[in-house]
Amino acid sequence: MKHAVTLTVNGERVEREVEPRLLLSDFLRHELGLTGTHVGCEHGVCGCCTILVDGAAARSCLMLAVQADGVELRTIEGLAEGEELHPVQAAFREAHGLQCGFCTPGFVLAITAFLEESETVDLSDGAIREAIAGNLCRCTGYQNIVEAVRIAARAMGKASA
Amino acid sequence: MKPPPFDYHAPATLDEAVRLRTELGPEASILAGGQSLIPLLNLRFARPSALIDLRRVRELVYVRAGQDGVAVGAMTSQRELERSVDAARLCPLLREAQRCVAHPVIRNRGTVGGTIAHADPAAELPAALRVLAGHVTVRGPRGERRIDADELFQFHFTTSLEPDEILTEVFFPALRPDAGSAYLELSRRHGDYPLAGAAAIAAGDHVRLCFAALGPTPVLVESDDPADWDAAIEPAGDIHASAGYRRELAAVLGGRALALARERATGGAA
Ligand SMILES: Cc1cc2nc3c(=O)[nH]c(=O)nc-3n(C[C@H](O)[C@H](O)[C@H](O)COP(=O)(O)OP(=O)(O)OC[C@H]3O[C@@H](n4cnc5c(N)ncnc54)[C@H](O)[C@@H]3O)c2cc1C
Ligand code: FES
Ligand code: FES
Repeated sequence: MKHAVTLTVNGERVEREVEPRLLLSDFLRHELGLTGTHVGCEHGVCGCCTILVDGAAARSCLMLAVQADGVELRTIEGLAEGEELHPVQAAFREAHGLQCGFCTPGFVLAITAFLEESETVDLSDGAIREAIAGNLCRCTGYQNIVEAVRIAARAMGKASA
Repeated sequence: MKPPPFDYHAPATLDEAVRLRTELGPEASILAGGQSLIPLLNLRFARPSALIDLRRVRELVYVRAGQDGVAVGAMTSQRELERSVDAARLCPLLREAQRCVAHPVIRNRGTVGGTIAHADPAAELPAALRVLAGHVTVRGPRGERRIDADELFQFHFTTSLEPDEILTEVFFPALRPDAGSAYLELSRRHGDYPLAGAAAIAAGDHVRLCFAALGPTPVLVESDDPADWDAAIEPAGDIHASAGYRRELAAVLGGRALALARERATGGAA
């Protein structure tokens, strides 16, 4: 039996009928055509499907689309404002925080949540690495991603805790 | 890598959830944060006939601190427990153990009730619950009952909940003012389940240790003698570590956790 869901995706209201077993990641990609949310492992390990659910970072492969009824989602497509990149996206470009780009949407969303969560953020290497520990990257070696977090924090006016 | 078909219910109240739990029978599963169950569905290790999603049961989301300890509603996210200042003050062990569970993104959705009900012997919170001599409250068609941590964990992924019962609350007793506590573990990668973990409480001559990932349940030992720990644990070997290596970890981590707990007891901090 299909279930009706109503949710907000990147500021737009979406209404659909979904089967209970449809993963939220597949709903975004196949139903809404938002293919920026990538799918790697489908068991919560790689982090490339990370999105924001009511502002908090979550794995879209570990949520069912039916569970998203009534929530507000942000995906990588909803970050830039027109031609202007979100500060985290701009920082990735500046720091060369990506190579193939497969992992990038998940990192960008996880880092956005980390930086938006509070006024002050701990920008020590340890804290940044902890914040991105749930995301895997096979290309960059992480060094430039850590640097991108610092650049983005500055651009977003976050004081170092 | 896609879930098999199932029916889906999202009751708004605990009463309705309990009724559905009975009506749909043991083939149905409770869905909490989904951070263990959805991977199992995706891998098709679990094939429930129906899911009863508790996400709308807001009455199960709370952290209530009292003099005796911290009562946590089953649907409270692990992240919320980790952030609770009251919980950290009453049971400093909780934040320490909670921060070893996966990553912040997983803890945003994973629930306190879910990790206890899932009863993975390698999980951190079950070990914390047991070393603190905590208990849970469960609700079923016959009403409510309390299960002590010592009785709760039966085997790998198996608790003493009846198939028609729902876990509603997890209670962590406050650490005595004269006691110190610590949780330490070793994992291959940050955020992984530990190869071995040790939770320790020390108050004067009395010590309690509980080991994670070293037996079919969290293993409790009330002794400061590593020979007793070694006798109590039943480590298994797997691709991550041999049983012998895990035995050594028990001695090392147990010793360090106990020393830290004693230091904190005398130092008065944490
Ligand atoms: C990448 C990754 C790494 C992880 N690493 C760790 C780790 O290091 N340590 C760790 O401890 N955990 C780890 N986890 C698991 C995580 O902590 C889960 O959130 C937790 O085990 C289950 O909680 P949940 O709320 O997500 O429950 P769910 O996945 O929804 O449910 C788990 C099981 O418990 C049952 N259940 C849930 N709630 C109730 C209830 N109220 N009453 C009765 N039955 C119930 C369900 O039916 C199901 O069988 C990891 C998960 C992922 C994806
Ligand atoms: S696809 Fe979701 S974590 Fe890997
Ligand atoms: S840039 Fe290729 S996986 Fe991260």
